[in-house]
Amino acid sequence: MRKIEGRSLGQIAWMRLKRDKVAIVGFVVIVLLILMAILAPLIVKAIGHPPNEFNQDLIDTQGGTLAPLGRFGGMSWDHPFGVEPVNGRDLMSRVIYGSRISLLIAFFATLLSVTIGTVMGIVSGFFGGWVDALISRLMDVFLAFPLLVFAIALAGVIPDDAFGLQGDSLRIVLLIFIIGFFNWPYIGRIVRGQTISLREREFVDAARSLGARRPYILFTELLPNLVAPILVYSTLLIPTNILFEAALSFLGVGVRAPTATWGGMLSDAVTFYTMPHFMLWPGLAIFITVLAFNLFGDGLRDALDPRSR
Amino acid sequence: MTEPNSFLEVRDLRTHFPTDDGLVKSVDGLSFSLDRGKTLGIVGESGSGKSVTSLSIMGLHKGGSARISGEVLLDGQDLVSSSAEEVRLLRGKRMAMIFQDPLSAMHPYYTVGHQIIEAYRVHNKVTKAVAKKHAIEMLDRVGIPQPDKRVDAYPHQFSGGMRQRAMIAMALSCDPDLLIADEPTTALDVTVQAQILDLIRDLQREFNSAVIIITHDLGVVAELADDIQVMYAGRAIEYGTAEDIFDRPQHPYTWGLLGSMPRIDRERTERLIPIKGTPPSLINVPSGCAFNPRCNYASLNEGASETERPELLDIGAGHKVACHLSPGQRQKIWETDIKPKL
Repeated sequence: MRKIEGRSLGQIAWMRLKRDKVAIVGFVVIVLLILMAILAPLIVKAIGHPPNEFNQDLIDTQGGTLAPLGRFGGMSWDHPFGVEPVNGRDLMSRVIYGSRISLLIAFFATLLSVTIGTVMGIVSGFFGGWVDALISRLMDVFLAFPLLVFAIALAGVIPDDAFGLQGDSLRIVLLIFIIGFFNWPYIGRIVRGQTISLREREFVDAARSLGARRPYILFTELLPNLVAPILVYSTLLIPTNILFEAALSFLGVGVRAPTATWGGMLSDAVTFYTMPHFMLWPGLAIFITVLAFNLFGDGLRDALDPRSR
Repeated sequence: MTEPNSFLEVRDLRTHFPTDDGLVKSVDGLSFSLDRGKTLGIVGESGSGKSVTSLSIMGLHKGGSARISGEVLLDGQDLVSSSAEEVRLLRGKRMAMIFQDPLSAMHPYYTVGHQIIEAYRVHNKVTKAVAKKHAIEMLDRVGIPQPDKRVDAYPHQFSGGMRQRAMIAMALSCDPDLLIADEPTTALDVTVQAQILDLIRDLQREFNSAVIIITHDLGVVAELADDIQVMYAGRAIEYGTAEDIFDRPQHPYTWGLLGSMPRIDRERTERLIPIKGTPPSLINVPSGCAFNPRCNYASLNEGASETERPELLDIGAGHKVACHLSPGQRQKIWETDIKPKL
């Protein structure tokens, strides 16, 4: 006979999540993507074509179009995704390397948004009064901010060497800051609303009746109850940020050439509309990544909140 | 009136909440005192200010919105004029509270033991191991079987009665001198109610603490209380020993409460006598005696009940009542009208 055991909330959520096949597929894809990003140098080494290696011998320099030689954009065993027009850089290794930039920026931007949003939301909701009014208006200001215009302007103003950083790392930090810093009000509002409903709960009164300090109530009594919505929102914010990063790179605001990014590859591909394969691979990469995160996020929400079904 | 050296003294306590509709006078001029080892029962209908009284004493009324005045002297220290931090240091250590619904009053994410440990460690600089030993001791004391195992259980794994026992263990973990129990048995079934009331009484004897028990259940106060305060519309309308209230009640509202209480010694064929009408809005408290619109005897005083608020006056041996009826009238009504029906 099976022993009857109490299950923790985490175990119950995990059980529900395991039953959700779509979410699990999303989860597996995410794990594979992350592994791919981390192991990119090794994988590319195995392929044998660094992302910025020119392969002029694969380009049709005679016809004047500078298209890759061979069918389907130069697809071959050596270059499974084909090569770029003009320079002949290997597309597969560029897509693999592009995942690093996309995921890195999306993860840290999300982390930044969630951290600021959680702290602001919990403080705003718990203390109420003028603190709440101030933070809520601040959220309104941030939401009304023309982020895209600001990002384009900032990218133009910031020199190649600033804040003790330069080149790619400067651009990456800048993108993380721009995307993360301006997105916090969304999670802030969610956390604020949850906090307001939680702070009236009796266990908060009970903790106060025993002499608990405010920081204890905020971080030990309230925060564990906020983990579920924060987690779900984070997994849904990551794909949004991936898209935003791609959009910025597409507009030329992101990490600069020759570093491979998905958005940048799309941008390069636009001028070669006669060679759709060039656009296909980075586009597919963005599509799959965003879809996987969204599927997993939805599944996670269903698993953590039984009432959402 | 009140002895000046009582352990808890409440003097002219007023807790008002400004709202868009007007000023809600939840507690409006309440005075009482309580000694160590004694139990005060506060009874009244919903919205009579019982719970707000206890929250005001504990300093747990909602932050900026409440206007609180008067004095709450705990062992001589005025809690109303003390800073929030000073009052926080007293909560748990000198005064603690038992809530109505132990399931919602315990944090669902932490084990029962963890919560008692945290409560103990707020006021005692001890290691987790020492605090855990103390938690197990407390659980044992409130009658939880296998406390060394149960200490690691979550609140939802406890039955309702066990949860309330654990809540009591938590409240008593720092040995407070004042224990406020806000409807401690309302969420429990009747057999468990009796056990919890016994437990509170036993622990009170053991710790020699002062206990305030807030309830709308006269059976509960009959069981536990030394003194009883009957509240109506934020004010005390009758105060006396349990014998005074049950054997010689003087206020028409108290008569109403007693008449609406089911009793095991009463014929089953008889109907309970409800108090007509509903409790008044605390924004628009009726002028004069707040109870006058619902009182059967308000017409006996040539309109005094409608215009003049009766003071809470001592009618002998600490039995106090706020009513315009003369002692003779009350005596007559009680003897002829009320007592035979109870």
